[in-house]
Amino acid sequence: MPLNKKIGLFIPCYVDQFYPNVAIATLELLEKLGCQVSYPIGQTCCGQPMANAGYERDTVGTTRHFVETFREYDYIIAPSGSCVLHIKDHAPAIAGMEKEQESLHYKIFELTEFLTDVLKVENLKGSFPHKVGYHASCHGQRGLRLGSSSELHQPFFSKAKQLLDQIAGLEWVELTRTDECCGFGGTFAVTEEALSVQMGKDRLQDHLAHGVEILTGGDMSCIMHLEGIAKRNQQPLKFMHIAEILNQAIS
Amino acid sequence: MSHPAKASEFLQDADKAKWHDETLWFVRDKRDTISKTIPEWEELRALASRIKDNVLANLDEYLVQFEEKAKANGIQVHWAKDAEEHNQIVLSILQRHHCKAIVKSKSILTEECHLNPYLEKNGIEVVDTDLGERIVQLLNQPPSHIVLPAIHLKKRDISELFHEKLQTEKGNEDPAYLTHAARLHLREKFLGAKVAITGVNFGVAETGEFVVCTNEGNADMGVHLADVHIACMGIEKIIPRRKDLGVFLRLLARSATGQPITNYNSHFRSPSPEKEIHIVLVDNGRTDQLAREKFKNSLKCIRCGACMNTCPIYRRSGGYSYGSVVPGPIGSILSPGLDVKKYSTLPFASTLCGSCTDVCPVKINIHEQLYEWRQEITKAQGTNAKSISMKIANGIFTVPFAYQVTGAMMRGALRILPDSITYSGLNTWGKQRDLPETPKETFKDWYKKNRS
Repeated sequence: MPLNKKIGLFIPCYVDQFYPNVAIATLELLEKLGCQVSYPIGQTCCGQPMANAGYERDTVGTTRHFVETFREYDYIIAPSGSCVLHIKDHAPAIAGMEKEQESLHYKIFELTEFLTDVLKVENLKGSFPHKVGYHASCHGQRGLRLGSSSELHQPFFSKAKQLLDQIAGLEWVELTRTDECCGFGGTFAVTEEALSVQMGKDRLQDHLAHGVEILTGGDMSCIMHLEGIAKRNQQPLKFMHIAEILNQAIS
Repeated sequence: MSHPAKASEFLQDADKAKWHDETLWFVRDKRDTISKTIPEWEELRALASRIKDNVLANLDEYLVQFEEKAKANGIQVHWAKDAEEHNQIVLSILQRHHCKAIVKSKSILTEECHLNPYLEKNGIEVVDTDLGERIVQLLNQPPSHIVLPAIHLKKRDISELFHEKLQTEKGNEDPAYLTHAARLHLREKFLGAKVAITGVNFGVAETGEFVVCTNEGNADMGVHLADVHIACMGIEKIIPRRKDLGVFLRLLARSATGQPITNYNSHFRSPSPEKEIHIVLVDNGRTDQLAREKFKNSLKCIRCGACMNTCPIYRRSGGYSYGSVVPGPIGSILSPGLDVKKYSTLPFASTLCGSCTDVCPVKINIHEQLYEWRQEITKAQGTNAKSISMKIANGIFTVPFAYQVTGAMMRGALRILPDSITYSGLNTWGKQRDLPETPKETFKDWYKKNRS
């Protein structure tokens, strides 16, 4: 375990504002696993909402601020595949920061991949006796390759499942469409509202049809969208970020 | 109409939209199953992608080689810089042969060039002989999918259409019965056509041959009964060697419909005695796309349609929602190259989920190109309310204090405002979704209290 490494916690802006419990769970989980974690207080946003809307060129200031905020850390961990992918793939090049930006690629991790690939967590002690459905958010799934893609001819793997399988009593529920998009898609959720909601309803139906009690995932943005639809339609599903499940299970 | 408007219209008929989604998912599922029976599937994709890299890097030389070999085989080769030239060339061949009626097998290129209306305007009867294409032609509609042109229609729709146009029994929806009626109808058209038009799936530079793939054998039927065969080919359809077909034919059928092989892969090399073969090589914006470094890979496309079948947006909005000849993800990266203003909403008709990229048999980075087109489109649109709001957002995220103040205001407003305002028509998010409950404090506040 990299106990002597400096770990910076990167909390997506909307998680900071709307889901502080997910951020707390991420922090506590890493601490329980023996990590020295600090949260650079000046952090804001990674710039993804602007870039995906077609304004990557207007995220130079945001990106420079991100690089400066996290420059002193050995690892940067975020409970979001989407924001991590943005930093890796779509942060604009900043003149004079080329080396730092390149090193970010090797320093930044989505939470589950940090647990499985860096900490090599293999033996979590804890219990969570529930039927859990995992929503594989696309940017983590096909962008960061946190799990095997249903389109590709490759052996099955899932970093989330690798972790959840270690928890006693937790039942991983197989879905019909294992990695179909939920329809959140950032501004897409608003610009293509009708489609976005239909996609979300279809995802929820897959989970409900298989008897899922708790829907989990690695990105609160997708979960916010799915939970919003489920609540509006009074569907009997609970929603938790994977950090919340793991943190609760091993306490 | 924009993509969002057409998509919500499509979703109005919830049962049909669900059926459309499930039907195309079924095709994608078949594709998954059969592709996983090929141990070297991913290597095949990589190989196909690299062959196409080579083609795109040396397209000029391969095209000249192809022309030379085709001419030596007795084929007449024509070059068309755009749709208009293409249509004129085809018309002039028809006029030379005093031809008033033609049969045509599936060719997305001729759709792109709007050949049918052009020929009809010039007094020529055009009959599409692919069953799905004939169905949409009788309805005066374009194809809604490049491989499954009538996939937006149900058996009942076709039964009603055939009752009206082909005098089949009213209410008889039996697919075998309807298909038989179509065969009898098309047979007459086949027998009466002196000229047959086909598309081209692959043109082989080393031999001057070309290959046309159909499941119904309608290309062959048309060509063998006619005196003249006109093959319309986009210049990117070149492959270097005959042996490369082994890579592409294996990928094409499996990706398109989940079949191990297309039923008819017809190779054309030389005209029979007394007959003619013409090839029309069409640019129509392809060299412009080739010059765009970020987008040139889109020209690798072999038109299998797998990206449409897998796309969660296409499945739930239908081909017509795109308003472009080639719909779906691949269409959304090809069309803006033709008209960036007209097709400006298409690259945004995506969540960038990446399924199209993973399913593509020639490994086109479709979702990355969608992202890149967004950047180009907003540049082309210049300064507007959206671009100003992005600059403001960047300003806020650059300054931690500004971020905290605006974040607090936003959360505060959500807590205080009554539901009637939060979920009003102005709030698109809240129309069909609840907003998250607003927590008392941000993580930042919590951290300051508990850790620092």
